[in-house]
Amino acid sequence: MVQTVAVIDYGSGNLHSVKKAIENAGICQVLVTSDASSIRAADRVVLPGVGAMGDCMRGLKDRGLDRVVLDLIGTKPLMGICVGMQILAEYGEESSGVQALGVFRGQIRQFSKSMKTDAGAALKVPHMGWNEVIQLPHPMWSGISDRTRFYFVHSYCYADADAECVIGQCEYGPLFAAALAQQNVFAVQFHPEKSHDVGIHLYSNFLSWDGAC
Amino acid sequence: MGLAKRIIPCLDVDQGRVVKGVKFEDIRDAGDPVEISRRYNQQGADEITFLDITASHENRATTYETVSHMASEVFIPLTVGGGIRNTDNIRDLLLAGADKVSINTAAVVEPEFVKRAADKFGCQCIVVAIDAKQVDADHWEIFTHGGRKPTGIDVVDWAIRMVSFGAGEILLTSMDRDGTRNGFDLELTRAVADAVTVPVIASGGVGSLKHLVDGVLEGHAEGVLAASIFHFAQHTIGEAKETMARSGIEVRLNE
Repeated sequence: MVQTVAVIDYGSGNLHSVKKAIENAGICQVLVTSDASSIRAADRVVLPGVGAMGDCMRGLKDRGLDRVVLDLIGTKPLMGICVGMQILAEYGEESSGVQALGVFRGQIRQFSKSMKTDAGAALKVPHMGWNEVIQLPHPMWSGISDRTRFYFVHSYCYADADAECVIGQCEYGPLFAAALAQQNVFAVQFHPEKSHDVGIHLYSNFLSWDGAC
Repeated sequence: MGLAKRIIPCLDVDQGRVVKGVKFEDIRDAGDPVEISRRYNQQGADEITFLDITASHENRATTYETVSHMASEVFIPLTVGGGIRNTDNIRDLLLAGADKVSINTAAVVEPEFVKRAADKFGCQCIVVAIDAKQVDADHWEIFTHGGRKPTGIDVVDWAIRMVSFGAGEILLTSMDRDGTRNGFDLELTRAVADAVTVPVIASGGVGSLKHLVDGVLEGHAEGVLAASIFHFAQHTIGEAKETMARSGIEVRLNE
C-alpha cells in the first residue's frame, strides 16, 4: 500500500505547491482535504497555513478541524508549516489576540519594526527571503547541512518557545524558533515547498520519519 | 550571517511567451516561460517574477495555465503581476500557484484596493509595483499603463502610503532606466528603500553584474530584478551570485 499524506485544507491559501512538493519528495498519495475522516485515516498529516493567524484558526474551527488536529498528537507524524506552525502555539498577538491550539507552549509575537542589523541598518518586516537555519539534532534534518537556507515569509514568530522543543533557530534581529518538535509533531516557520531542493529533501525526510524525536 | 539578498529573474510574458522590450517598446521573443523558469530554478534563482504585460481578458486563461504549470515544477516563490483589478483575480492567481501578486495600476486607481487585498490574503502576498519616472532632481512620479500615463503622485510618499495599506513588498521600476542596460536608478531605489519598512526590489536597467551589486550596496534593495542579462544567456544566476558574494553581499549559494 502506498502511504497517504493528508494536507489539511481549511481555506488557507494555495495548497497546490505543498501537494506538488510532497509528490516530488517520494512515493505517496497526497490528499488536500477538509474531511475529518480522511485526515484521521491518513498515514501522515501536514498542517499548512498562510495569511493571518486569526483567519487560519477560524478556518480550522469552522470546519471542526481543531479537534481533529489535537487528536492526531501522539498518534502519527504531523508537520506544521508557517502559520500552521504558529497555530500550534498557545496564543498569538495578531489582530486582537488569537487563542490557538496549545500543542507547543509559547506565544506568537510580531517582529519589532525597530530591529537593526549589526551594521546598524534597519531590518525589514516581513522577514522575507532565504535565511539560515541553525539546526539542533533531530531526525528530520537527516542529510541537510547545518545552516542550510530556507525560504521564510512572515511578520510574526515564536517569541518564547520551550527550549527543549526548539530544533532549529534563525537569526533576524534576535534568534527565533524556526523549527519545533515534540513527540510526533514537527513544525517549521519557513516554507519547504518554496525552498527548492532542500525543501523537497525535508518533505522526503517527513515521508520516512517514524515520529520519534 | 543572516537573510540573503535575493536575485529575481523577471519574465515579461505576452500571450504565453517571454518577451523583452526596451523602455516598454520594441519587444523581442525570449522563449517559453515554463522552460525558462525551470532553467533559472536550476541555476539558483531565489524567486521568479512573472509579469503578464498585455493582461487582456482573453489572455487570463493562458496566464492561469502557465502559472499553474510553473508552480508544479519550480519550488521557489513566484510573484505574478499584470492586469490585477479585483480580489477575484488575486484569488485565482494564488489558487493557480502564485505566492505573491503584484498590483500596479489598480492601486493607483483605487488605493483602498491594496488594503482590502492585504486584509483578505495577508500582507505577505501583496506586492505593490511602482513604475517611477524622474521629474526633477530627487523627485520621481508614478506612471501607469506601462509608463505612458503620468499621475502626479510622488513615488516616496506613495510607497509609504502603500505600506501603511498593507503592501508586504515594493517592486520598484525605473521607467527611465528600464531596458537601457545602464544600471538601476540608485538614488530612486535608495530613496524608497530607506523610507519604507518592507523589502524593496530594485528593477529596471540592469546590463551587467556590477549593477546588481550596486542595487544592494548603494540602492539598499533587499532584492534585485533583471531580465535580459539572464534571458539571452549573457550571464547565469550563479555568476550573478558569485559576483555579489565577492562584493561582500550575503547570497544563497547552491548547496
